[in-house]
Amino acid sequence: MVETTHYLILSTIVFTIGVVGVLTRRNVIVVLMCIELMLNSVNLNLVAFSDRFQNVVGQVFTVFVITVAAAEAAVGLGIVIALFRNKETVNVDEIDLMKW
Amino acid sequence: MFELPPVTEAWEFLQKNSVAIGPQLHLLLWALGMLIIDFVIPAGRKAVSALLALGGIVMAGLQLYLLRSSSPISAFYDTVVLDSFATFFSALFLIAAAVTVFISYRYLEIENEQHTEYYALLLFATSGMMFMAAALDLITIFISLELMSISTYVLVGFLRRRRRSNEASLKYFLLGAFSTAIILYGMSLLYGVSGTTNLIVIGEQAKLLQGNTLLILAVFTIMAGLCFKVAAAPFHMWAPDAYEGAPTAVTGFMSVAVKAAAFALFLRIFFVAFHEVRGIYVPLLVAVSILTMTWGNVAAVTQQNVKRMLAYSSISHAGYVLMGLVAGTELGVIASAIYLLAYTFMNLGIWAVVILLRRQDISGEQVEDFDGLYSRHPSLAIVMLIFLLSLAGIPPLGGFIAKYFVFSAIIEVAMDPSQPYASLMVWLAVIGVINAVVSLYYYFRIVYAMFIQEEYQPAPLSFSAGLLTAIAITGIVTLLIGIYPQPFINLARAATSPLL
Repeated sequence: MVETTHYLILSTIVFTIGVVGVLTRRNVIVVLMCIELMLNSVNLNLVAFSDRFQNVVGQVFTVFVITVAAAEAAVGLGIVIALFRNKETVNVDEIDLMKW
Repeated sequence: MFELPPVTEAWEFLQKNSVAIGPQLHLLLWALGMLIIDFVIPAGRKAVSALLALGGIVMAGLQLYLLRSSSPISAFYDTVVLDSFATFFSALFLIAAAVTVFISYRYLEIENEQHTEYYALLLFATSGMMFMAAALDLITIFISLELMSISTYVLVGFLRRRRRSNEASLKYFLLGAFSTAIILYGMSLLYGVSGTTNLIVIGEQAKLLQGNTLLILAVFTIMAGLCFKVAAAPFHMWAPDAYEGAPTAVTGFMSVAVKAAAFALFLRIFFVAFHEVRGIYVPLLVAVSILTMTWGNVAAVTQQNVKRMLAYSSISHAGYVLMGLVAGTELGVIASAIYLLAYTFMNLGIWAVVILLRRQDISGEQVEDFDGLYSRHPSLAIVMLIFLLSLAGIPPLGGFIAKYFVFSAIIEVAMDPSQPYASLMVWLAVIGVINAVVSLYYYFRIVYAMFIQEEYQPAPLSFSAGLLTAIAITGIVTLLIGIYPQPFINLARAATSPLL
């Protein structure tokens, strides 16, 4: 029997991979994918809890998260393309026009 | 729990409930309409959409005005509520949006980027903020937060041929999406411990769950995410870059409205849902507040670029608003609300002046661009002086009243030995005062340039009716809050009553 705790452990692992990826990877597209991983770990959590409480709110929340994540990815890729037109790079280390 | 009414009743349900979200709904529909009308506006005449946007803001404002005195209306199964808190902040966002339209018009003209989409996105972001102030449910909070954020990402990158604007937009987007994911993780844990997404029910559950590990984790992740959104140290790194690269009018909007919206959310979540577990987050919030104001001020001292300097100054102001939240008393919330009110006007005024200095090939972004402003335009220099002194917290201006309230809230708690962490509060107050003095230094660098330096940029300023209106409105209100604060204090008191 798969308990809620198992889902929680899995989602924590996925979330951690996402966070570490965002902080260490240098390719913007990979960073975007890591953010998606974080969002999906949230979805896992919500669905697992929804199942445990036998109430549907968590699943409704998940649908919203998926929708908004799609919108966010669209805008994010648009921004990356706008930047790529002006400077041909997707490496975050080279996006360094402004520094303190 | 969530039984849908039969189809025949659905329309009635919708009619009854949409009253509470009327202003936001109309603003959204108006913005969508603007995008359609855009097709019939000829290419050279896109400036008309600035007027259209103003029309939408006025209409939403009127609707809000008509709903102002009614008792709290909660709608859509308690996911949104129209109470005095939501009304106060919605009015603040609408005013900020209107002033932004005033200051954008000229700026976009100079940059040759006059598009209807800009104004439509501004309205989308504003209605997202209004939903944030009204949200009472984790799902609503998330959607409204994203509506505001995604619109703002695009606005920051609006000068798409400029590399700086692209870069600012990308940095803001990556860190914004990252922080949203962190907030969401906290929300999912919160749902996990309480079994509900309603803030009020979560608040009741939190009483019974004192010391629950998942709850503590949820509080901390949500706090970290919100600190990202209000640009509080150590999560402020995106702010200077995003503020510097964004179109100046958008920078003004971001530093004022987006910040105020995130703080409205901060206040709502932490007072309605987490008030019972104050003990676990107060020490951390004190540290964040101290770090934010110190880091912001120290970094601002070294800046040559005015936009970047003001970005760091806006970070340090976030530290002061947090002080009201840390106090956690009635006076504390009132102080935060007054601070955000005064800050909105004085900061928008400053950005309007910075945009006024943008002409031909002069960016108006360097401290030298202010040289000799007094000898050429004495009245403008004096208005700028008023804004700067107000930001520094000099009486009798709006910024002084704001700082006065924040400090009295903290000192009230610090003097009360029954309060936990009273000694921490004393330190917070002391460091706050020291920081207020440090901030004088960099504000006076601009004053020095304006009044003492010789003229350096002889090119004439390009005044426009919109900019002058914006400067006049913000200047008068900044003075008014300082000289006759009572009505504003009453407003803030009424606004914060639903939280206590």
